[in-house]
Amino acid sequence: MSAELGPGSPKPRSGEGGALTPRRGGDTLTELSRALQARSITSEFVTERCLEHIARRDPSINAFITVLDEEARAQARAADREIAAGRYRGPLHGVPISLKDLIDLRGTPTSAASRVRRGHVAAHDAVVSARLRAAGAVFVGKTNLHEFALGTTNEDSAYGPVHHPLDPTRSPGGSSGGSAAAILADMCYASIGSDTGGSIRIPAAACGLVGLKPAVGEIPIDGVVPLSRTLDHVGPLCRSVEDAALLHQMLAGVSNPAPITARALKGLRLGIPRAYFFAVLDPEIAARFEEACDRLTTAGASLDEVAFPHAADAPTIYLHVALPEAAACHAKTLERQPEEYTPNVRLRLEMARYILSEDYVRALRGRDVLIREVNAALRGRDGLLLPTVPVPAVKLGATTVSVGTAEEPVRAITLRLTQPFNITGHPAITMPCGRTHEGLPAGAQLVGTETLALLSVACAIEKVLEPS
Amino acid sequence: MTIAEWLDNAVKDAERRDLPALRPLLEGLAKSTMALRAADWNLDLSGELPETPPEHVR
Repeated sequence: MSAELGPGSPKPRSGEGGALTPRRGGDTLTELSRALQARSITSEFVTERCLEHIARRDPSINAFITVLDEEARAQARAADREIAAGRYRGPLHGVPISLKDLIDLRGTPTSAASRVRRGHVAAHDAVVSARLRAAGAVFVGKTNLHEFALGTTNEDSAYGPVHHPLDPTRSPGGSSGGSAAAILADMCYASIGSDTGGSIRIPAAACGLVGLKPAVGEIPIDGVVPLSRTLDHVGPLCRSVEDAALLHQMLAGVSNPAPITARALKGLRLGIPRAYFFAVLDPEIAARFEEACDRLTTAGASLDEVAFPHAADAPTIYLHVALPEAAACHAKTLERQPEEYTPNVRLRLEMARYILSEDYVRALRGRDVLIREVNAALRGRDGLLLPTVPVPAVKLGATTVSVGTAEEPVRAITLRLTQPFNITGHPAITMPCGRTHEGLPAGAQLVGTETLALLSVACAIEKVLEPS
Repeated sequence: MTIAEWLDNAVKDAERRDLPALRPLLEGLAKSTMALRAADWNLDLSGELPETPPEHVR
């Protein structure tokens, strides 16, 4: 049995020893998968190491709402038996993963981090859970989130805030913050999250991970607690683009996923949307992004500036689509048990109930305008590249954050660069793009027309964005 | 309904429901709605109809 792969290997660990040096390379899901198939490591061994990390580190990080110790051990042992018997199910067989706790997993609670759902136990798997189960994945637990996914910091959770594994005074981002923290702290190899305005990409960027929001409608959202049915997306958080491509195909129902092939860097055409998107940007995030652009140009990619004339309207369009849809989902429980919501989430949902139908329709028309503009910007290009979040991981408890000389509201600034692509439905992936002087990760976001093509481009630029 | 009328009604209703903390949120929402209603994609049926983009022609 090899101890070179899997959480707990003797390499330097992120957040340990006081150094803010997130690990890159090694320990990816894909590498583990190859070792499991080759039987150079067992699922029982790596699952046990994940559970040890949860037991040791989660009391201070709070990434998990439910830990499935015994179930995970049983699944791991079953996977080892099947693989040994020649019944290998594919690249997720025996791999320890987690699910954001708004995705149904039969026989376990789906809390959505809310007291509103206290006592609930899922009778069925969500479609994505069933696909992962059939693929032989090992579920180590259900991860913490911003209550009902309505927020970007994870602070408003009935189970308490998630702490960033690199700095416990900071948020790992949200709403899939528990998912990102769990991967970064070596508690699992990947996690499945949801993204309505950036809830996969924001925590992935804040934690130096890869996070994929697929194209709208591509991955079933059945069995996932809704926030906004026309903006909700399900997708993976993981450690590499290769992992994201594998998980994306499994979530989409492809039983034998093809390895992703990287596009050639030379001749790659990328649009950089600067106006609006670069108007409010932390200087260090901007610097890391520009350095990455220089490296891409040196490597032979062609970068040019693109514009969406209505990009600045994205926040108001988003607000007037997302909130009425959320209000419709929450109307019954807001009437019946309002005191069981956390105060901030309840207030936002109550505010949502005042939005008029005519304004919702105006916002839908604005969405059509933005879709056309992003499509136009992508025409003749292989993708659009921009920072993922304008600021590094924010301090827990902060309501505003300094950007240059301005103070910006945390919610608005964290959603600013991701929510436009929930509105338009284009696939978008965040990849690590360097660190600030404090060692906090920056992310770069690639937007495309079609998810697998986007992943091929992402695979090509991943190592250029953050050279190891 | 104008934004001012809407905001006035919403704040009164929130106070009636013992949710005074909603006032600043509703005031922020009103600014956002004002921007939404001012957007150039909104219809004005007193004049020319907007051109339909080619990909939307049926």
